[in-house]
Amino acid sequence: MASGEHTIKQYDQELESLRGRILQMGGLVESQLRMAIDCFEQADLSKAEQVIEADERVDAEEVEMARLILNLIVRRQPAANDLRLIMGVSRAVTDLERIGDEATKIARAARWVHEKDVVVRTPRIRDIRVSAEAALSMLRGALDAFARLDVVAAVEIIREDKGVDEQFRLILRQLITFMMEDPRTITGSLDTVWVAKAIERIGDHSKNIAQDVIFIAQGDDVRHATPEQVARAVSQST
Amino acid sequence: MSSEPLEQPSAVQDPLVLKAEVQQLSFYYGDFQSLKSLSLPIYEQRVTALIGPSGCGKSTLLRCFNRIHDLYPGNRYEGSITLHPERIDILDRAIDPMDVRMRIGMVFQKPSPFPTTVFENVAYGLRLRGVRAKVVLAEKVELALRGAALWDEVKDRLSQDASNLSGGQQQRLCIARALATDPELLLFDEPTSALDPIATASIEELVDELKKRVSILIVTHNMQQAARCSDYTAFMYLGELVEFGPTEQIFLKPSKKQTEDYITGRFG
Repeated sequence: MASGEHTIKQYDQELESLRGRILQMGGLVESQLRMAIDCFEQADLSKAEQVIEADERVDAEEVEMARLILNLIVRRQPAANDLRLIMGVSRAVTDLERIGDEATKIARAARWVHEKDVVVRTPRIRDIRVSAEAALSMLRGALDAFARLDVVAAVEIIREDKGVDEQFRLILRQLITFMMEDPRTITGSLDTVWVAKAIERIGDHSKNIAQDVIFIAQGDDVRHATPEQVARAVSQST
Repeated sequence: MSSEPLEQPSAVQDPLVLKAEVQQLSFYYGDFQSLKSLSLPIYEQRVTALIGPSGCGKSTLLRCFNRIHDLYPGNRYEGSITLHPERIDILDRAIDPMDVRMRIGMVFQKPSPFPTTVFENVAYGLRLRGVRAKVVLAEKVELALRGAALWDEVKDRLSQDASNLSGGQQQRLCIARALATDPELLLFDEPTSALDPIATASIEELVDELKKRVSILIVTHNMQQAARCSDYTAFMYLGELVEFGPTEQIFLKPSKKQTEDYITGRFG
């Protein structure tokens, strides 16, 4: 944060390390998600194992972050911007861990499709890639906004979520058409629905992280506000 | 929208009624200006905390309220402190400081019992006020001791020397002494800095209880204490009031950077 240093230098280091670790965890989740998408799209099953392995690291990181956060609270009794940072990081950690879980679901769906040998009867939905890229860009953007506490960028991320939601409905409509035309595509289509839903959820979690940025930077809790309300709160404050 | 809940402290819903109002108050110790034209409301049934680094004028401000400064020559006030509902200016020279002190009690940093019995400590203010009847004295002393959550501990030791009490008990005795004259406003000058955590907790619990019937202004160096016990917080620096607002807002989202730096320990 653009503030001076604490009288207690160790406190500064602890907060700095918290900030560093959440971004690191974000990077880990981002690459996990990319692997999961490739795994599904390119039917590269070796990647499924890697995604699941990465999730174990993400889970361990969540536990470690929770320990660091508890320690900071109990030892430093943070207030004002420090408290908001710690609360915001705590929430963001939860969302990152869930994104990791969604990535794992995608990898599992990919493996499932191949093991059941329904590949040929699984509709190729190009919009999966489109929607996955949109969700990935939201995640990357949210982490960037987090690193710089950039509320304007955060507002943009929150707006983008609508597009990802729309993509999900589009994919669903396409899959329904496939299933109605040829019932043999139902199994593969349903697996694809889970993947599309996971991507849509990743958009939601990324949006949450963008909301955390606004909370940390200016103390406004915008969790249930519309994008327009969020934009207003930010423009009032900046 | 989302920032609205921060406007009012969540724990209290009663409408705000002014108990006292500091208006453009400046104070000089001789040539040195210690308070610089500060204005501050004190609300009924609320605890207002004054925080700020040493030398910022918190205690000076507190002492203006009961005119302790009058005791030393060369001290000078400007501005006013209006006591509601009658709106009398307690800094007015025409007002007798003794009358002010009957209505505004003060508790100091170190427990300061008078060198006499527990009973006489509490009865002191009443006798000063001309109360002579033994029954009335006994009744009022008991009430004050109960109010200070000390009665059960001292009811069998009323005639003992007050210095035999523990530090926390002595501090509660001082609170009982201040309560005996039914004050409307209680001033606390770092009331727990000489106490252990348990005695501190019992004083804080007492503050919470007392605010139902008396307004409280408390100076504290302990930021967590201000956050725990107060409804409103004023942050002072170099004799000026930097920020005043609901405690929740001051500790979560102060509007001034100086306040934030102080609250988060970045001062210096």
